[in-house]
Amino acid sequence: MNETGHDFERKIIALRRELDDVRARSLDHDPAFKDDLKQQAQKLEKAIRDIHSKLNRWQRVLLARHPQRPYTMDYIRFMITDFVELHGDRLFADDKAIVGGLGKLAHRTVVIVGHQKGRSTKENLYRNFGMANPEGYRKALRLMRLAAKYKRPVVCLIDTPGAYPGIGAEERGQAEAIARNLFEMSRLPVPIIVVVIGEGASGGALGIGVGDRLLMMENTWYSVISPEGCASILWRSAEKKEQAAEALKLTPQDLMVQGLIDEIIPEPLGGAHFDHEEAASILKRTLERVLGELGGMPPQELLDKRIEKFSRMGLFQEPNAEKEETNVG
Amino acid sequence: MEWFKKVKTGLKAQEKRPIPDGVWVKCDTCGEIIYKKELIQNLWVCAKCGFHFRIKSGDYVRILLDDGTFDELHSNITAVDSLKFRDSKKYTDRVKDAMKKTGLSEAARTGIGKVDGKSIVLGILAFDFLGGSMGSVVGEKIARATEQALRDKIPLIVVSSSGGARMQEGALSLMQMAKTSARLAQLSEASVPYISVLTHPTTGGVAASFAMLGDIIIAEPGALIGFAGPRVIEQTIGQELPEGFQRSEFLLEHGFIDVIVNRRELKPIISTLLDHLT
Ligand SMILES: [Zn+2]
Repeated sequence: MNETGHDFERKIIALRRELDDVRARSLDHDPAFKDDLKQQAQKLEKAIRDIHSKLNRWQRVLLARHPQRPYTMDYIRFMITDFVELHGDRLFADDKAIVGGLGKLAHRTVVIVGHQKGRSTKENLYRNFGMANPEGYRKALRLMRLAAKYKRPVVCLIDTPGAYPGIGAEERGQAEAIARNLFEMSRLPVPIIVVVIGEGASGGALGIGVGDRLLMMENTWYSVISPEGCASILWRSAEKKEQAAEALKLTPQDLMVQGLIDEIIPEPLGGAHFDHEEAASILKRTLERVLGELGGMPPQELLDKRIEKFSRMGLFQEPNAEKEETNVG
Repeated sequence: MEWFKKVKTGLKAQEKRPIPDGVWVKCDTCGEIIYKKELIQNLWVCAKCGFHFRIKSGDYVRILLDDGTFDELHSNITAVDSLKFRDSKKYTDRVKDAMKKTGLSEAARTGIGKVDGKSIVLGILAFDFLGGSMGSVVGEKIARATEQALRDKIPLIVVSSSGGARMQEGALSLMQMAKTSARLAQLSEASVPYISVLTHPTTGGVAASFAMLGDIIIAEPGALIGFAGPRVIEQTIGQELPEGFQRSEFLLEHGFIDVIVNRRELKPIISTLLDHLT
């Protein structure tokens, strides 16, 4: 377990160690001590939950960026069998910041695509820190069209600090690539489940984010811009990122209140980075259930509901109208 | 092309409106001193160098539509401070100030009108209202305009100028990109034409949604068009951007827009395209 040096995280690591110790002891000890150890374990679990519940939004952002969090390929390794990675957009290149392919989630073949970050500097250079170029979005779209052709559902995993702002990205139409995906994904005649597994920054996240269900893992964030980006524009200093994070209301709970997401998926105690396998198993169970809910729906109904879902998003006032349009609650 | 010189200064050069009541106006690009009445007659295009001054949403109504045909819709929809957002200023105050400054209710205006007698739905983004940024209201108005075009089976024209999605509404703003694009996909399925007109500047979440989704994409000369802003790109790559980067001519060269049209030709070209497509 690498720690990133945040105070709250050191505390959680210490508590998790203690908890592992207590659990280990409860296995090989006299049954007479079992109740006592169980109580100790419960106390420790509660302490960890307490720390979590008191984290501010910026600390939540730090958790979402934790370098030991499971990334798309980690989830694929634990959730998907017979996975075959498929490369390239058939137009320009294979973008390493977005991965995708065919595989089985339980008994169902799905197309799964997601942003892919790296852990080491070397990996991050290879993955471009999970910041996709246009060819990444076009690869994702190519795979989604494949899914539509063979009537397989699509799972999209979002984890990006944003689409890459580079010269080549602009030359090859970053804006068009993202816009095209929003357009096409809104009409793709198979179920699409979108899950934010880490960071969800701006159009770079939304570019693979239109679907029938929007879910967020517990320790993730999703907004129109990163806290640093927002701070440097509105506060004229990236140092104000903590205030910006508060102002943007970017946690899963915030987005639930704004009426933008359907579910928050719980993570292992202390965060998904403590147990990739357990995190993947929770996500897998959720995906199986949601795919079951969407699976029986005729394509036209699916598309009607998808467009209704996005049409409802937004909060504004309209005097003289029958009601104020909100999607809250 | 003269306006290429402006790329390093970003938006600044075109941000200044000429002296409102002055008789003479200096061209930001070539320095020519122009008689204001002449400039207005020339739709705010410098006769010497072709520089397109930024104009207001009302000017586009006059340029594009037949006189007196604009029937504005949904101008009673206004912003809500759903996040209780506050930076150096409260979001609600920013909105109020923008309303006072522009006399508009939001950064998008939509309505029905006629181009050479042909009915269309028109949407215009107002850059002078919080940088033409898209929050819930802009998203809703563009979505409703698209629905109207679909219902009445009449073409949709949207004139964009925007810095992108509005930060003060957080993820709600982001989702407007999906909402507008989804409606346009429906319009497209019904083969109802959508012409997107890009003016200076069209960037961020507006570029990465409805602005780039036109059946036909027209740009005014020299407009800054792209996903990331030039400053962000320069900071990321640590080098200066090439001349003309992200300008209309650059997008035409790279295959992302159909045609660059001088403002004076905008209405006739659109009218011809409408004839071809309807
Ligand atoms: Zn000039």
